[in-house]
Amino acid sequence: MDIIITISSGFFLLVGSFLCFSGGIGLLRFPDFYTRMHAAGVTDTLGAGMILIGLMIISTDLLVFSKLVLVLLLTLLIGPTTSHVLAKAAYHNGLMPKTLNNHEKNNAKETSSSNP
Amino acid sequence: MLFAATLAIFITMLLAIIRGIVGPTLYDRILAVNMFGTKTVLLIALLGFVMGRPEFLDIAIVYALINFISVIGVLRYSDTHQFKHSPTLEDPVEKED
Amino acid sequence: MVIVAFAIIRMKDLFAVVMLLGIYGLISASFFIVMDAVDVAFTEAAVGAGISTLLMLVVIAMTGRKEKANRHKPFSALFIVLVTGGLLIYGTLDMPHIGAVDAPIHKHVAPRYINDSMAEIGVPNIVTSVLASYRAFDTFGEVVVIFTAGIGVLTLLSVARRKESEEEISSINDSMHEQHLVIRIVAKMLIPFIFLFALYVQFHGDFGPGGGFQAGVIFAAATILYAMLFGLSTARKVINQTFIQLIAAIGVLLYGSVGIVSLMSGGNFFDYNVLASDPIAGQHLGILLIEWGVGCTVASVMIIIFFNFAGRQELHQQKERVQNQEPS
Repeated sequence: MDIIITISSGFFLLVGSFLCFSGGIGLLRFPDFYTRMHAAGVTDTLGAGMILIGLMIISTDLLVFSKLVLVLLLTLLIGPTTSHVLAKAAYHNGLMPKTLNNHEKNNAKETSSSNP
Repeated sequence: MLFAATLAIFITMLLAIIRGIVGPTLYDRILAVNMFGTKTVLLIALLGFVMGRPEFLDIAIVYALINFISVIGVLRYSDTHQFKHSPTLEDPVEKED
Repeated sequence: MVIVAFAIIRMKDLFAVVMLLGIYGLISASFFIVMDAVDVAFTEAAVGAGISTLLMLVVIAMTGRKEKANRHKPFSALFIVLVTGGLLIYGTLDMPHIGAVDAPIHKHVAPRYINDSMAEIGVPNIVTSVLASYRAFDTFGEVVVIFTAGIGVLTLLSVARRKESEEEISSINDSMHEQHLVIRIVAKMLIPFIFLFALYVQFHGDFGPGGGFQAGVIFAAATILYAMLFGLSTARKVINQTFIQLIAAIGVLLYGSVGIVSLMSGGNFFDYNVLASDPIAGQHLGILLIEWGVGCTVASVMIIIFFNFAGRQELHQQKERVQNQEPS
């Protein structure tokens, strides 16, 4: 029983920390605001959820367990809400997603047509 | 495994700080601060388990709530009159001279 | 942390500076956590990362977000700062290492706090017993300082409010409702929970991290959230300005009167042992009352500061709106 608990919590923690880490890299490497927000959203919900579930599995106390559930619910409630408001405010204030403009599109067409 | 997770979160926080300092637009910074806050919540919860002090979770809850409130506050005030007419998107001033 | 501090100095965009200050508060709180100073981390989380960010934001919304370019070169000031910093660092060379057992700070009063506070006060959290019982007079001073800050803000920034017509309020609320629908619903779910959590922190201060200061700040933060999302006038209907001023004064009064009652019943000032027949019960009662006083004062002063700052800003906006309407 002990080994099952250890392995499963370790699995959850590992997946969670991997997601958080990849989200951090995404936050740094992605080209514009909206894609960065996508990367941060992953860490906010799934990464945090995985880590908290991993902690829940190894928690021994009922009080600690319930507090972890509370934190999980709060993150699940707060994370998407903040992302939504952030995206909305950015869009309202005229921050456009970075798309290929016409010039670049033409370039892309030319390169694709020149070497088929 | 707890140590590995703590380390990963710590590195993620560093990445978020870099984005918060570099980030070209205002919203990038807000995003970085928000992500930094959530990562701090996780870090505190993990540290509580590493150090065997589960009452750290109280602080984690406070962080989650305060983080939410401050991000909402930032967005609420970035919507006000003055910010809309100031050059919000690209700030030439903040480039390191 | 040093990197963030340097970035804060370099930046001219005050809005970004506020964001980075939030990060700075979070980092220093993480440090406190690592060093096992739970109560300090709690306070830093609530005050440094939460309330001060909000208040600075309101101020920036009033003044504008660009720092003025600085022309003169402050070399002499830099010299003085360098010398002072060098002297301070030189002073730290003589200090014992962090965690050394024979450091003077561990010899003086700390053993008594750690060994005897359980028997004398009967409160598991040593920080609370030190703060509210051994050093009650210092804490009283802090509360009075906060109260004075509230009074200062009131005298300097208090705005004479015009009577707003109901229609205007409802129209503002309608437009707000369209804009922030999702967040309003989530906040409606969260705000009662935050209030409840503030009360938990208030009463749980004896047993775990927490206490009056933190609870007051969390309470104020929830109220500020409400005021931001549902409009200042709505929040003013819920929490009256005069009422909140009264609460701030009552908090200080409660704190002081606990001391005076203990003085009357034959003990020293803030000697709670005489409050009840059993010394430990007296200590419990005294700490509970004092924490209540601190919580009331902190919460109401924070709310007062926010209301007055934001009220001025709203007044400003109304003037602008009137000016924009007149030419057209």
